[in-house]
Amino acid sequence: MTPRVRLPHPGGLTLFLMLDQSFYKGVIIIFSTIGEVFPVLLKGIEITIVVLVLSAIFGYLFAFIAGLCRLSNNLILRKFTGFYVEVFRGTSLIVQLFWLYYAIPMLFGFDLGSNLLAGVLAIALNYGAYMSEIVRGSILSVAKGQTEAATALNMSRFQRMRFVIFPQAVRMMLPEFGNYLIQMLKATSLVSLIGMTDILYHGNILRSSDLSAAPTVYFLVLVFYFIIALPLIFLTRKMEDISKKGVAS
Amino acid sequence: MNNWNWDIFFDAFPIVIQGLGITIGLTFACYIFALVFGFVWTFLRRIPYKPINWIVTWVMEFIRSTPPLVQLFFIFYALPMVPVVGVALDPFTSAVLGLGVHFSTYIGEVYRSGIEGVEKGQWEASKALNFSTTKKWTKIILPQAIPPTIPMLGNYLIIMFKEVPLASTIGVVGILQMANDYGAQHWRYLEPLTIVAILFLVLSYPSAILVSKLEKKMNRRFDKKAPTGSKPLKEEGKGAVM
Amino acid sequence: MSEQTLQNEDKTDQSKSKQEPIVKYEDVHKSFGDVQVLKGINLDIMPGEKVAVIGPSGSGKTTIIRMLMTLEQPTSGHIIVDGQYLWHMEQDGKLVPANEKHLREVRGDIGMVFQHFNLFPHMTILENCMTAPIHVQKEDKESAKKRSIEMLEKVGLGDKLDNYPSQLSGGQKQRVAMARALVMRPKVMLFDEVTSALDPELVGEVLEVIRDIAKEGEMAMVLVTHEMEFAIDIADRVLFLDEGVIAEEGPPSQVIENPTNERLQTFLHRFRS
Ligand SMILES: Nc1ncnc2c1ncn2[C@@H]1O[C@H](COP(=O)(O)OP(=O)(O)OP(=O)(O)O)[C@@H](O)[C@H]1O
Ligand SMILES: [Mg+2]
Repeated sequence: MTPRVRLPHPGGLTLFLMLDQSFYKGVIIIFSTIGEVFPVLLKGIEITIVVLVLSAIFGYLFAFIAGLCRLSNNLILRKFTGFYVEVFRGTSLIVQLFWLYYAIPMLFGFDLGSNLLAGVLAIALNYGAYMSEIVRGSILSVAKGQTEAATALNMSRFQRMRFVIFPQAVRMMLPEFGNYLIQMLKATSLVSLIGMTDILYHGNILRSSDLSAAPTVYFLVLVFYFIIALPLIFLTRKMEDISKKGVAS
Repeated sequence: MNNWNWDIFFDAFPIVIQGLGITIGLTFACYIFALVFGFVWTFLRRIPYKPINWIVTWVMEFIRSTPPLVQLFFIFYALPMVPVVGVALDPFTSAVLGLGVHFSTYIGEVYRSGIEGVEKGQWEASKALNFSTTKKWTKIILPQAIPPTIPMLGNYLIIMFKEVPLASTIGVVGILQMANDYGAQHWRYLEPLTIVAILFLVLSYPSAILVSKLEKKMNRRFDKKAPTGSKPLKEEGKGAVM
Repeated sequence: MSEQTLQNEDKTDQSKSKQEPIVKYEDVHKSFGDVQVLKGINLDIMPGEKVAVIGPSGSGKTTIIRMLMTLEQPTSGHIIVDGQYLWHMEQDGKLVPANEKHLREVRGDIGMVFQHFNLFPHMTILENCMTAPIHVQKEDKESAKKRSIEMLEKVGLGDKLDNYPSQLSGGQKQRVAMARALVMRPKVMLFDEVTSALDPELVGEVLEVIRDIAKEGEMAMVLVTHEMEFAIDIADRVLFLDEGVIAEEGPPSQVIENPTNERLQTFLHRFRS
């Protein structure tokens, strides 16, 4: 079972490196371009983060609204939100984005106004639909005994939700919400396709002006996203801890 | 709604649907790649050597927390420019490689959760019975580890299907690219894009229902929850009786 | 426990006086689907009365008290609490099914302690007790807090106020659950096998607290229990529930110690061994 890890023989490594002089040239090019690429990509960070923050705010909002609507007693409300959730979960984000950006203006004769709005709306609606299932599932999975104890204390439906069910359900949602935050970060890269000047957009511009810089450019773009993702990764782990304990604060 | 035009709809439909073969083909190609490559991650993570484990974990973390779109661009545009090892790949192959690797990190986790879901007693039993390594895996561990992961793997097929239109950005002509081309030619995006949305919905919604049915069946059969990232959490909730 | 609680006068004083029953079951039936669980329950509970409910598993003991707590709706019949219909309300001289508002009004007199405690895991012990008085009874925060602390001290948990339920033993959890219910000052308190989820060595401390509460007298109590000695000790009346009806009822000296009903004899026999 235990696999043996064999490092290449030092002699072999030297031979490999001596194979091609262009290797050194390539390495030099890559490193010398970092200095040029870095500041350009930096310009896109702001847009990426703005889109992420707005998408997250609206995404969570939609998730809570839709998740609660799907638990409501009102049949029409339930069916309607069910339809929203299935449509947005059943189609691709990129299709939704293009649809909102290109098709909406044709269908209703008005523009969403900006690519920022279309981008944020697409990401928020899409992930809101996915996360509404988490909201719904978490609320349903709070033990029945909790509702009963709250009823025995004569709490109203609203009070049971507010003091007993919701606080416990939210703790269960946290790790998933963290995971989806990272998914949303990845999704923000799509807004470059509708002309927003995010990190990837600037990367694409650089690449189109100098094809040989592509490796540096895209590797750095990936690193940029990863650096933004890192705090979110740790946040998610933290949330996992909180949710495991069930008792935060 | 007055701007909806059925003539354009029916004109675009046969054109858009021409891309369906590519879209579905790419989905399966990426999926199979991810299934196979997922094993590599699972295998690498089982290496009982801390530094390697650490590196593998972070490489996986890097791949799964950066956008697959950028990864596609990297493979399509940057890989050919990388000195010595660089190769130019056609759009389809690039997409298989890009999306395949991206999702293999998720699939690898699914395998891992399956293996970890096998009870400790089973490992001990196979040790006690003095099974060989191969026998242990093929007769005891895998037969128990695989079934609970099937619904999750099914879910990833559907997720993959919805992720595949990203490949249109590097020129893979699936349904989305067909619709975009039609839109560019006729300056009519509404109907072709709606067709794409409908096609996705029509194909993925029934599959999703199928998978959730399968999941219920599996859970009943194995009398426990399928191990996923989210499931232990749900159990936590059930255990909140105090 | 404290001397305070022991000073209280004899429990028999109040319950003997001629009063209207605080709870009245009138021909109450309950079915789950096709299964008829309760087949006509008639029962009066007087203020301050302590009633023990015994019976085989599945006989409907829990169901009886859950209907009073509004956790289960009777299929037919009436339950009357302090002169008011619980599951019905009068509208234009007719009885119609109660709405949420009416239920809340009437069930305010009832409190319940559960087999599995059902403490709120995200709240401290003190918060578990304070939340309902403040938000349901609109008591001001300071006095709710003061009373909650007093109540927790009474059940012997004055030093655990800021702990979370997960940090307590089963017996401690159940005592918190009792304090939480008592702070609401119910007129009727329901106990559903409150010791049966506990380790044997923890049963004593919980029964002790119930005994103390019972001695205070003014609150009626319905206890579903398998602890026969305990029932003999504190109950004014024992009900033997069997096959959906009250098959035998009377003082513990009669029902438990000198049973005439054959099925009751067999049932009790199992506890003797
Ligand atoms: N929510 C429900 N749905 C269906 N059947 C139920 C439900 N609650 C109770 N029952 C059934 O009603 C019958 C009486 O249940 P109940 O819990 O009142 O019995 P019990 O006397 O409290 O038993 P135990 O001593 O085991 O607690 C049982 O047969 C039970 O299976
Ligand atoms: Mg019971």
